[in-house]
Amino acid sequence: MHIIENGNVAAAMGIRLCRATVIAAYPITPQTPLTEKLSEYIDSGQMKAEYIPVESEHSAMAVCIAAASAGARVSTATSANGLLYMHEQVQWASGARLPIVMCVVNRAVGAPWNIWNDQQDSISQRDTGWMQLYCADHQQIIDTVIKAYWIAEKSSIPVMVCYDGYILSHTYMPFELPDQDKVDLFLPPFRPDYALSTTEPANLNTVTLPDTRVDVHGELAHGYMEIRYLLQEDLRNSLGIIAQAQERFSDIFGRGADPYLEPYLCEDARYVALGMGSLTYQLRVCVDALRAEGIKVGVMGLRVYRPFPDEALAAALKGKKGVIVFEKALSYGYEGALASDLKAALYEWLAGTGALPRVRGFIAGIGGRDIRTAELTSTLREAILDKTPAGPSWIGLNL
Amino acid sequence: MGTRNYRRKTSHSESGPGDGGRTGSWRVERPVVDRSICIPARRGKEACFICWLFCPEIVVSRTIPPTIDLEYCKGCGICAEECPTKAITMVDEASFADEDKE
Amino acid sequence: MSAKSTILSLPREEYVHPGTRACSGCGLAIAYRVGLKALGEDTMLVVPPSCLTVLQGLFPVAATKLPCLNVTFASTAAAATGIIAALKTQGNDHTTVAAWAGDGGTSDIGLQALSGAAERGDNFIYFCYDNEGYMNTGVQRSGTTPAGAITANTPFRGKPQQKKDVPAIMAAHHLSYVATCSAAYPLDLYDKVKNCLQYPGAKYFHIHIPCPPGWGYEPRHGIRIGRLAVETGYFDLYEIINGKLTLTAASEKLLEKRKLVPVREYFRAQSRFKVLTDEQIEEIQKQIDEKWEGYYSMG
Repeated sequence: MHIIENGNVAAAMGIRLCRATVIAAYPITPQTPLTEKLSEYIDSGQMKAEYIPVESEHSAMAVCIAAASAGARVSTATSANGLLYMHEQVQWASGARLPIVMCVVNRAVGAPWNIWNDQQDSISQRDTGWMQLYCADHQQIIDTVIKAYWIAEKSSIPVMVCYDGYILSHTYMPFELPDQDKVDLFLPPFRPDYALSTTEPANLNTVTLPDTRVDVHGELAHGYMEIRYLLQEDLRNSLGIIAQAQERFSDIFGRGADPYLEPYLCEDARYVALGMGSLTYQLRVCVDALRAEGIKVGVMGLRVYRPFPDEALAAALKGKKGVIVFEKALSYGYEGALASDLKAALYEWLAGTGALPRVRGFIAGIGGRDIRTAELTSTLREAILDKTPAGPSWIGLNL
Repeated sequence: MGTRNYRRKTSHSESGPGDGGRTGSWRVERPVVDRSICIPARRGKEACFICWLFCPEIVVSRTIPPTIDLEYCKGCGICAEECPTKAITMVDEASFADEDKE
Repeated sequence: MSAKSTILSLPREEYVHPGTRACSGCGLAIAYRVGLKALGEDTMLVVPPSCLTVLQGLFPVAATKLPCLNVTFASTAAAATGIIAALKTQGNDHTTVAAWAGDGGTSDIGLQALSGAAERGDNFIYFCYDNEGYMNTGVQRSGTTPAGAITANTPFRGKPQQKKDVPAIMAAHHLSYVATCSAAYPLDLYDKVKNCLQYPGAKYFHIHIPCPPGWGYEPRHGIRIGRLAVETGYFDLYEIINGKLTLTAASEKLLEKRKLVPVREYFRAQSRFKVLTDEQIEEIQKQIDEKWEGYYSMG
């Protein structure tokens, strides 16, 4: 069934379809309509779940961690400073190997206060051991939420579903609302490998020593380092689980192709623009304009940021003359996060092969600064023609 | 079990004694129960058991008479202090050194 | 309160193993052991960073036999909420959820989450074990450290601020059940835990915990010092049920006796109060006497 709704509602519908049973959330712009919709569903009985009106985001994630530890399928959502406030808990959730799904409605971080869109909030959490999936439109939002639960529960790793605040959260688009029956087929009930139990009691996540130590059965148990390594190993292996999820999703819903990348006119392109989120669709307009000028350029949308699909990206960009990265966040003190990660991946797979593309990075839209398509196009053209003027690589800066 | 079982990927502890090791080695003095003074011992039936109640380490048994699990007793002396008939005395560990060697 | 327990009527079942890393003579160990006896097997525990984290055992050995979730410092009460929510969705309304947090994790960093959970009316028991400082990390001052106490942060002049009255804060949330207890009165603690289970929403327990290294006394005197705190009228044992306060156990007896042990005996028994002057102690004695005049006139 095709409907027209806003991005936040699309996300809420996804969570409802996935039959999450415990929702804990704290209001923050621009996430609020998402949790309000969930409250509507729960209060009216359309969704059988407990809605916990927590007193902070730190507690929101605490409730999710505890409820997931007790075997419930949980969800929360937040933005910007709310995400930053729960950072301690975000780290905790992945270390505790809990399949929590959280929607991050991307918003700029303070200081100073800013409620508009950029991706600094989720990007600042890229090292936490969570998976990060980025959406470019409403269909992707609802589909990704559904896939996220399957991926999280299969790998026992929490997943962030990220989409642009206001640009996607508050705008209306048509999309296909998946059938409940098909979602139930895709996503069976949550059966945790272990949940808090009075019949099989255990003490979870207590102090763990640097060295390995013998357990109550006389066997050598893992130390902290092994537990952390296994998280990393499973994160890297979940690139495979993400691909599996996409295959199953395509089978059941007939949508989606590549699990990691969304290319547009990239096959014969000599230059590729790269981005995450709604910006990649805006870049298609720029690509069309430059193609009309005879420049062979395409744009690649990156759907999965963590785990980083280094091999897939390197394979897709191999032999291209240049990659121009546009992003709405950076690792302060160095450069754009995506640009950095991309360079590392390309170097790892293509250095010395002669097929290593040149990478240029640009920062745009910080704090919701309007990204004018004309400016985007001219920046892309200049970068391709190697005519980028000296100065900051921030588009739309007004110094 | 395999090292990649879910419980091995998390900090999952099952219960057992002696997490702190042989905490009896912490002692500098150990409690000694005089059965001729101890109330349940004298009466031959359940009574008092204040030592059992207040032992922080749960090493005093609720038996007639109470016995001390020296593997874990830390020698805090609360049992001796609280015993209403002063049936428990704290005795220097050094005096048991030879005994323990046997 | 219903029938009073005796030592012989206490269940024999132990829910903690011996040989923990707790200090010799730890007051918490006594309270925790009896508390768990009252809670029973059908219980899930939540524990933030604190002495109990260590007492409960380091991975992979657990000293506690009950299921337990270790959580971050500020999130104890929120985690309890989460477990309750999950159990509810699984149709389980019989398992007791009990949080055990230290005074720092309750009155300072954990207060926000505790207030939230209390306001939400979540059905769990919250135990604050108050050894009056951040003892696990080396005796730093907390919100419930009494005025004048020497701690690692107040090493020469003692803590200038007053002890935070957390039970009063929790009572102001209109909880159905608030209680104060002491490790020195384990039977009173046992009975109160049993009694609270019939009341809805969050139940709050504030347990006074003597601490040998933190308070400065010989471990063997722990119970005596805990008793002195109550017999001097300094720390009172009570229940506030639906807003009505009733003194219990030794505090109740003081109502009849009308004679408080001078509080200087309590202070002089602990080296952490060595910088309290006689004048300061006199001032505190006056405050205690006034408080008790209030109790006497309550009738």
